Amino acid sequence: MSFEKSVSRLEEIVRELDRDDLDLDRALALFEEGIAHLRSANSALVQAEARVQLLVEAADGTFSLTDFGGQA
Amino acid sequence: MATPRNASTRSASYGAPPVERDLTPGASQESAISVHTLTTAAKDLVEGAFPPLWVRGEVSDFKAHRNGHWYFSLRDANAQMKCVVWSTQTRRIPASPDDGMQVLVRGQMTVWPVRGDLQFSVAAIEAEGDGLWRKALELTQRRLEADGLLDPARKRALPRYPRRIAVITSPDGAALHDIVKVARGRSPDVEVVIVPAKVQGDGAPEELVAMIERVGRWMDADLLIIGRGGGAREDLWAFNDERVARALAMCPIPTISGVGHEVDITICDLVADVRAATPSAAAELAIPARREMIAHVDALRGRLVTALARKRERSLGMLTLVRRRLGTAAVRVTERRRARLDATTGRLDALSPLATLERGYAVARGPDGATLRKRSQFATGEGFDLWVSDGVVRATTASTRVHPDGDGDRDLPKERA
Repeated sequence: MSFEKSVSRLEEIVRELDRDDLDLDRALALFEEGIAHLRSANSALVQAEARVQLLVEAADGTFSLTDFGGQA
Repeated sequence: MATPRNASTRSASYGAPPVERDLTPGASQESAISVHTLTTAAKDLVEGAFPPLWVRGEVSDFKAHRNGHWYFSLRDANAQMKCVVWSTQTRRIPASPDDGMQVLVRGQMTVWPVRGDLQFSVAAIEAEGDGLWRKALELTQRRLEADGLLDPARKRALPRYPRRIAVITSPDGAALHDIVKVARGRSPDVEVVIVPAKVQGDGAPEELVAMIERVGRWMDADLLIIGRGGGAREDLWAFNDERVARALAMCPIPTISGVGHEVDITICDLVADVRAATPSAAAELAIPARREMIAHVDALRGRLVTALARKRERSLGMLTLVRRRLGTAAVRVTERRRARLDATTGRLDALSPLATLERGYAVARGPDGATLRKRSQFATGEGFDLWVSDGVVRATTASTRVHPDGDGDRDLPKERA
């Protein structure tokens, strides 16, 4: 799952946990789900490294990426 | 050149004096030249006499012909000359000049043989105070505005954590270098995809449009950065091109423009969802720094834990309250029961025959367990049981009589162990 998705879901979970009418079972389930998202967000951060590629469009309209060997 | 024989024949036929004919072209009737020859010669002469020049003057009688050429007169207080801008040149000029505009034109003085006019063939026009550039910008801006493309409500929010960023710029420009440097410096898990395009000169607008459309077709980037490093106004001009602006407005993903330096504002800047002052700034806006992401995740962790703790505390609080109420209720129920039990016990005690025995009475019971209440129930010489407070005494009837103070038998029973 992408960092963006993990973080968005986490924010939803926190908001829902703040509701008063939530029962404890549900709260615990949400918390567990939240912890899983935290883990995935963290691992996305650990592996993080920017890559630079070049977009290539073939004659038939298909796209591919190749490593960018420019000055950058 | 006419031959002497021809000349003499012709002159003879007109009856002109047959003396000393000058045969230089155009010097005599015999050597008269065509209009075309003369105007062409004049053209060569004029073009040879004047190198390309800058000329200052005021525009009048401007006409843009259907065929794409522009015609106007350039004049001052005392003179005027005809000017033409061929359609091949108009494309390099940002906008057509208006009548009354003070301009500098660069071009070649020439003669147009077809009309025999002296004419100035224009290659470049500069209006005073950047007039033409301003006019071009204003016209483009007005057209885009009319189509609603500059409406602030159209601006889309940028994705907070883009996964893939397309960058349209020159593959060997400073902008690309700056953007990649920022991406590497911030170093989250992001992919920068270069979409190379010519950003200045002939064909640049067309290439920019083609690349914007390519990114749109690709549909696999979260964000588009379009830009280039600083340069002369003419170098940035492709980013003021209406076609480029329209393509950018139609781009299906959010866009950031970063063109030139901070002072340079282009039409693309107005159309893009976000305008960045420079290409580096565009990358900074697009890519969150890793430490900001870490801080955000940490904050979320804190909120998650706090939210759960709060929820648990609330639940525990409720539980305690319920338990206390339950306890109180239980105690009350028990107490009521005990009180009732105690009352019953008291009554039971009061009724118990044991208490009577305690006070010194005894109960006589026959062999069948029946209580012996009357004298008649006792037979002399027969045994019976005598119940006292702490046990049973075996006894035998010696004799019977009525109570001494009663009306019955006077005999008292004698007990024998």
